[in-house]
Amino acid sequence: MNANTELSLSRRTMLQSTGALVVTFSMSEAGDALAQMAAVGGGKPALLPTELDSWIAIAPNGAVTIFFGKIDGGQGTDLAMAQIVAEELDVPIRSVNVVQGDTARTVNQGGASGSTGVRFAGAALRVAGAEARRVLVMRAAEKLGVAPERLTVNDGVVSVVGDPAKKVSYAEMIGGGLFHSQIGWNNQYGNPLALTAPAKPKTFDQYKLVGTSPPRFDVAGKVFGTSPWTSDIRVDGMLHGRMIRPAVAGASVVSVDESSIADIPGARVVRKGDFIGVVAPKEWDAIKASQKLKVTWSQVADPFPDQAQLYDFIRKAPVTKRDSNEKGVVDAAFAGAAKIVEADYEWPFQSHASMGPGCAVADVRADGVTVWTGTQKPHFAAQGVAGVLGVPVEKVHAIWVTGPGSYGRNDAGDVTMDAAVLSQAVGKPVRVQYMRHEGHGWDPKAPASVHHGRAALDGQGNVLAIDFSSKGFSRLETNSTEAAPGDTLAGMLLGHKGARTAAFNLPDNAYNFENKRLSWECVAALLPGASPLRTSHMRDPLGPQITFAHESFIDEVAYAANADPVEFRLKYLSEPRDRAALQAAAEKAGWKPGRAGTRRTTRGDVVTGRGVAYTQRTNTIVAIVADVEVNTRTGALRVPRVTVAHDCGLIINPDALRRVIEGNVVQGLSRSIHEEVQFDRRSVKSVDWLTYPIVDITEAPPVIDIVLLNHPEAIATGAGEATMRPLAAAINNAIFEATGTRIRRAPLNPAHIRAAAV
Amino acid sequence: MAEKYSLRVNGAAHTIEADPDMPLLYALRDDLGMSNPHFGCGLSQCGACTVHVDGVATRSCVTPVSKAAGHEITTLQGLGTPEHPHPVQTAYVEEQVPQCGYCLNGWIMTAAAFLNTKKKPTDAEIRQALTGLKCRCGTHTAIMRAVKRAADKMA
Repeated sequence: MNANTELSLSRRTMLQSTGALVVTFSMSEAGDALAQMAAVGGGKPALLPTELDSWIAIAPNGAVTIFFGKIDGGQGTDLAMAQIVAEELDVPIRSVNVVQGDTARTVNQGGASGSTGVRFAGAALRVAGAEARRVLVMRAAEKLGVAPERLTVNDGVVSVVGDPAKKVSYAEMIGGGLFHSQIGWNNQYGNPLALTAPAKPKTFDQYKLVGTSPPRFDVAGKVFGTSPWTSDIRVDGMLHGRMIRPAVAGASVVSVDESSIADIPGARVVRKGDFIGVVAPKEWDAIKASQKLKVTWSQVADPFPDQAQLYDFIRKAPVTKRDSNEKGVVDAAFAGAAKIVEADYEWPFQSHASMGPGCAVADVRADGVTVWTGTQKPHFAAQGVAGVLGVPVEKVHAIWVTGPGSYGRNDAGDVTMDAAVLSQAVGKPVRVQYMRHEGHGWDPKAPASVHHGRAALDGQGNVLAIDFSSKGFSRLETNSTEAAPGDTLAGMLLGHKGARTAAFNLPDNAYNFENKRLSWECVAALLPGASPLRTSHMRDPLGPQITFAHESFIDEVAYAANADPVEFRLKYLSEPRDRAALQAAAEKAGWKPGRAGTRRTTRGDVVTGRGVAYTQRTNTIVAIVADVEVNTRTGALRVPRVTVAHDCGLIINPDALRRVIEGNVVQGLSRSIHEEVQFDRRSVKSVDWLTYPIVDITEAPPVIDIVLLNHPEAIATGAGEATMRPLAAAINNAIFEATGTRIRRAPLNPAHIRAAAV
Repeated sequence: MAEKYSLRVNGAAHTIEADPDMPLLYALRDDLGMSNPHFGCGLSQCGACTVHVDGVATRSCVTPVSKAAGHEITTLQGLGTPEHPHPVQTAYVEEQVPQCGYCLNGWIMTAAAFLNTKKKPTDAEIRQALTGLKCRCGTHTAIMRAVKRAADKMA
């Protein structure tokens, strides 16, 4: 197990030779290393943002532990935190441990959320690192009897400039002890949490470690199977649980025939209203019990419209909330237009379809609750567990353990609540792992939506006005955190109501059209409550939907203006970094200027084309050129090359960033060309990898060219999701160039390509 | 109708009691306490549960324990260790392949079995050997780099 990846289990767990994690001590026996250290330093202060000890600890051997209140899902965010803090402290990167996502040991920095790991949590930890260095240099100055200005730090050793024999190490000064030093805090938890301190962080020209690419902490443990995923957590006396879901969404439990599982050793039913699950000592028995249990469900009216009517349903549905942003005189501009371009776009429900279905372990005891969870937001999940169990939040300890992928509000939080309710009911620790059909069928979905673009052009092809509107399901029908029980399946089945916030987004870009109106409208959920089509955040919430429509539409306007798609966009972009990203993608791809269609080639049934798309995502700028091959007979689509230009400000770790961008491209390709939740009037019908296909290695682009545009003078604005955003539009625009046919319904699969071509 | 089965896993013998139709996956995870392979789908659609049975990459989620008894079973941890890594594992570390990493058991075990029988494969042959395996994080391009790197070493 890599020394750098401390999953905050170490004191109470041991790694057996099999690799299985077995929790060996109860919570009350938990001997926290830092609590023991505190004996030296006079008692560890409470876990408050205002205590420097809440952020950084230095061990007797000089090893540095940082406490990160978000989590890394495998993209190296923890490594970025380590680089940022090691940079400020001037310690070697390999001496840094990152504790993350443990509610007893880390401050709530919002969990993984909105690509803000580096932007917000990194900014806070940078201040903490700089302040820790300042405090230690002051102590060294006192010890060495010199002014602090005369001191320098290398590899954790403070020495006098010009007299290196006069030195003292961090370890000698504080190793195993505590800072007992205060730090400024903006009184906010979660993403907005910010710290202030007298210390001045380094300026970018002083960076030695930030901007380099040390390897990730978690890779070896994963590759050799020696570090645990959530599903590998085992607790003494633990039972296995499985949940029972109705065949028709919204149906209630009428009766349960417990005798139907009487022959399964140790199997028990837990029923609380419509919450129904089974537990058994052996996992296979729990699965069999969940399949054999006879449950009578109430008859309910079909909750859903025909899938074929989904987009018409959205268009006709009453609006629950709207928002708009208008600049100039849009209607007047349309009245004077020489030409009007107009188009509708549609995007389906999509599933997180995580690599493994949700899994969690809960141990609910009279003196406290422990949950091992894969949710991205463990601090909020602890609040939800407290709410659903009716215990004080101080009694709940949530420990994040890496799960089977998490790109938003997937099923990891729901399964945590289910495990907690089952454990409370049976008085034993319970591990629940959903079955595949639940992972696909019952996770919160990315919203389906429709979009309408209108553009007014003058006689020379200049844009007089743009009017772009979206209408769809909310990205927060189910909240992006599990803090409120009503935002989880268990909570809803036990009678809690979520806030069911209506929220959609506007396009995010720097186009300077003189007159423009951007607007959105939300519609109510198809089935309120514990619905398999409830909607929430999925990687780059609403970004792919809106940008597919908006950037496909911009391409349509460029075509109508008889313009080259790159030149057309540049004409309406004046910000240097936006222009630079677009130009970098075009240059790297070898873009040949011309109206869409001029780059097309034909060989037999196969036509090729390339398309471009550009967007911002909360100040990160991405431009993509996609190459496609389309079989005009079958509609088969291949994407041999994707070129990405990416500007997220200051780059912390270029190699890790490239891999994040590659992952975005491949996952984004999957969502662009394959993914569509299938449902009938009663329930979700895409329940496995056959009915919900994702991208295969035979389809992954052989070439992904990436241009990193580093702006060390700027803040780091996040890279976790931005590349996902414009990919579908770039591919769609390439399909248009190749075929002359505009696809306006995602995914860009052979059926939709053929349907549009007819 | 539990019966006794002898399983040889990573060179060690174990005896368990289980239903004949219980998938091997649960024998390895639940009875023997192993952390690899993973449950991904239980339908042989994703590969996360892959083990070697007599050297052949096999989906343990649909392989009845009764059919696995008496055969040589190897898991990811039996394939290689940090001290004695399999070339595919070494390449995975060098290429920094995984993100969440939940799927990598299937990719590494399948690639290792493939490269044991196929020397100097083309890119297309590698893709064909790995088709059907799922990776939700989209690490496919890094997987290709790693498997090609391992293939060079095993050539």
